[in-house]
Amino acid sequence: MLRPKTPEEVQEAVLAHPRLRVRGGGSKPALSGPEEGEALLDLSELKGVVEYDPEELVLVARAGTRVAEVEALLKAHGQHLPFHPPLSAPGATLGGTVAAGLSGPLAQRFGGVRDFLLGVRFVDGQGRLLKGGGKVVKNAAGFPFHRLMVGALGAFGVLVELAFKVFPAPPATRTLRVAFPSLEEALSALERLLLAPLDLMALDLLPPNALEVRIGGFPEALGPRLEKLKRLLGRDGEVLEEDEAHWEGVRNLAFLEGPLLLKVPSRLDLIPLLEGLPLGRRRYLLGGNVLYAEGDGEALKALRARGLAHLVLKGAEDPLFPRPQNPFFQKVKAALDPLGRFPLR
Amino acid sequence: MEILRELKALFGPRLLTKEAELAPYESDALTAYRERPLAVVLPERKEEVVEAVRICRRHGVPFVARGSGTSLSGGSLPVRGGVVIALNRLNRILKLDPKARLAVVEPGVVNLEVSRRAAPFGLYYAPDPSSQPVSTIGGNVAFNSGGAHCLRYGMTANHVLGLEVVTPEGEVVRLGGEGLEGVGPDLHGFFVGTEGLLGIALEITLRLLPRPEAYHTLLAAYPSLEAAGEAVARVLRSGLLPGAIEIMDRLAIEAAEAAVRAGYPKAEALLIVELEGEREEVAEGARRLAEVIAESGAEEVRIARDEAERQAIWKGRKAAFSAVGRLSPDYIVQDGVVPRTRLAEALREIGRLSEAYGLRVANVFHAGDGNLHPLVLYDGKRPGELERAEALAGEILRLCLRLGGSITGEHGVGMEKRAYLAEMFSPLEIAAMEEVKAGLDPLGLANRGKVFPPKEEAHA
Ligand SMILES: Cc1cc2nc3c(=O)[nH]c(=O)nc-3n(C[C@H](O)[C@H](O)[C@H](O)COP(=O)(O)OP(=O)(O)OC[C@H]3O[C@@H](n4cnc5c(N)ncnc54)[C@H](O)[C@@H]3O)c2cc1C
Ligand SMILES: Cc1cc2nc3c(=O)[nH]c(=O)nc-3n(C[C@H](O)[C@H](O)[C@H](O)COP(=O)(O)OP(=O)(O)OC[C@H]3O[C@@H](n4cnc5c(N)ncnc54)[C@H](O)[C@@H]3O)c2cc1C
Repeated sequence: MLRPKTPEEVQEAVLAHPRLRVRGGGSKPALSGPEEGEALLDLSELKGVVEYDPEELVLVARAGTRVAEVEALLKAHGQHLPFHPPLSAPGATLGGTVAAGLSGPLAQRFGGVRDFLLGVRFVDGQGRLLKGGGKVVKNAAGFPFHRLMVGALGAFGVLVELAFKVFPAPPATRTLRVAFPSLEEALSALERLLLAPLDLMALDLLPPNALEVRIGGFPEALGPRLEKLKRLLGRDGEVLEEDEAHWEGVRNLAFLEGPLLLKVPSRLDLIPLLEGLPLGRRRYLLGGNVLYAEGDGEALKALRARGLAHLVLKGAEDPLFPRPQNPFFQKVKAALDPLGRFPLR
Repeated sequence: MEILRELKALFGPRLLTKEAELAPYESDALTAYRERPLAVVLPERKEEVVEAVRICRRHGVPFVARGSGTSLSGGSLPVRGGVVIALNRLNRILKLDPKARLAVVEPGVVNLEVSRRAAPFGLYYAPDPSSQPVSTIGGNVAFNSGGAHCLRYGMTANHVLGLEVVTPEGEVVRLGGEGLEGVGPDLHGFFVGTEGLLGIALEITLRLLPRPEAYHTLLAAYPSLEAAGEAVARVLRSGLLPGAIEIMDRLAIEAAEAAVRAGYPKAEALLIVELEGEREEVAEGARRLAEVIAESGAEEVRIARDEAERQAIWKGRKAAFSAVGRLSPDYIVQDGVVPRTRLAEALREIGRLSEAYGLRVANVFHAGDGNLHPLVLYDGKRPGELERAEALAGEILRLCLRLGGSITGEHGVGMEKRAYLAEMFSPLEIAAMEEVKAGLDPLGLANRGKVFPPKEEAHA
């Protein structure tokens, strides 16, 4: 196993091996487990925060830095990563989060990992250390290679450094949990919330029939905002005053223990169909836009039979369905990784 | 010419080749550059765009996609001997699904039209370039356009969910989808900002947001530009996250006053801060903002009491660019970015450069994003003044890079900044971009000559 400590050592490792697989720390084992013939490049030593000035609201760190470490630093300054990286506690790294393209429940408020990544440095398949984007919040210069890296599972190169936009964390939060008589009624309430002028931090559907809504902001405003929510839902529900631990559990996907751990892009109108599939414990985040679920071989078969895209975080051989195949992907891939050193070759 | 015959067969009267017909397409909003294309075609359906690209490819003729031609970097400048594919007639909103909070649009749809059509559902399209009453979504996608309200929700790339694209080789591909979350590489995100070099967007799926319940718009006057810059740092330090933070200096204020009579106070600098969100939250934020501004040395503070007063404040700001035309026969709109903590420093240095070059510089910019828009005023009829203005504009870009920023925040590289790309990116980085371009466009047809530094030309 290779364990580079510097970007230069990553370059050497890339040039020395015809096939590589990067592991941040392995919180998504289906993605970071090497296949036959692949050298494992462990980035856990390529770590550390490179730049952070709280007033600038920008953080730059090495790819192998643990999300948990970065979040502790931000928290000390009243800030956070609003896309809420999943699997923070089990050890997710910044690089692995971007490469897997994962966002947690709070992405409902301001957007996902793609919306907060400002720039990257990466080593491409030719061993070149390249930059995409920058360290400022606005930047339209050159091709945006950083956005290409989101969800690419390392297909275009090894991320070595990442720059994120960060935001002030809300000073106070509350969560409202409401159960409905049926899935249909829960869905129609969800729809109402999505069209209302509300600033929801999280909006999750817990099948079969409950919603969890999190709001955050100035403590003085939370009471009236909560009342407004209840009026809109026509129900009282249950209020969680201390909700931090609850949402930590959600974003660490602690509620999922099955042999397979799946991310399934979803839509409101797809939910009834998804609910008919043989999936285990599950939760829809981002107002129904994504489903995290546990499952087994049956679940995988069912999703594939219906042509439903998904990513397996734990448990399967072939994690990404469908594999990107269009000529646009292939040509970009061929330019940055002409020898097919990296995954999705 | 064979290519003209083929285009004629496809487009009939919608193929333009006469001098008088071509004239309006010879430049974009950066009028210092002009080029006569071989022809302009006016497709009305996406299939015609695809066919036009395929015809160009068969004949090895370069093509340039064009929206409304408001590019400020020469992005939609024609290529000599090439074809302009003008997309304004592809202006249908194909789908507006309020439940899914998305719109599928053709590339020629004007930015503001999307919000107008979404308004009855309480939704809007967030990125708001000042050119939004005319610029197209296709052009916005090519440049990853921003606007005054990008602080919270980001720029165009953050609002594009999916794209249908015709590659320079004439293949039609779908990138992304209809949801907020996908799996696999973010190819649609990557396409946004590639300035039409990797293909033409045929259909664009946009995310819509619910219109904020309330706004709180504050206008503060300062005795110096730097003091306004410092106030921005204070606001950001306070933990508030406004929807917009904008600054205008005295020249820009005077121009805006003359143009639209916004009723601005007379001052060296004006700061606009807008909070948005749920009513109760905005009210609380407004109290805190008042405290921050009270300590920032403002000479005068006004709060918009209703939507009309809010619009008046924004009207002056949004008209400022074009209004500066009243102060000077010619001007260059510069677009650079600095880290927001370096704003005051950057503004001081721009003032110094302006004096050193003996040219006036008006400043009106997206302060919350560190995105500067210095307008360098000059008189093209005076010998040497254009060159001096260009040199000054270049100095400003180098300043941005020195401070750790970027040579463009939202106007793109186009023709104008090709030479500066190499000051921001290494030769290897530019080579990697060119290889991606060559992979998708081996003949180099799509928007040839833009973005990359010109090579020493071996052949004419
Ligand atoms: C159920 C479970 C049990 C666990 N048990 C243990 C345990 O017993 N002991 C322990 O110490 N830890 C354990 N872990 C934690 C795990 O080892 C860490 O979570 C790991 O540090 C996080 O990896 P990651 O999220 O960064 O992404 P990874 O899973 O490493 O990678 C995700 C994807 O991103 C790619 N990638 C990662 N980084 C880069 C990069 N820089 N550039 C390009 N591509 C990249 C990978 O190739 C892969 O495709 C467990 C985790 C889980 C979920
Ligand atoms: C007064 C004024 C104010 C402005 N304010 C702002 C501002 O606040 N923020 C900002 O970001 N910009 C601003 N701009 C710049 C400009 O309006 C934007 O860059 C806008 O996005 C250009 O849109 P357009 O339709 O005019 O595109 P065009 O100028 O026609 O084209 C721009 C680029 O897009 C390419 N292109 C066009 N359509 C497509 C397509 N379908 N597929 C692929 N490529 C395509 C062209 O080839 C060209 O490279 C301003 C301009 C003016 C004149």
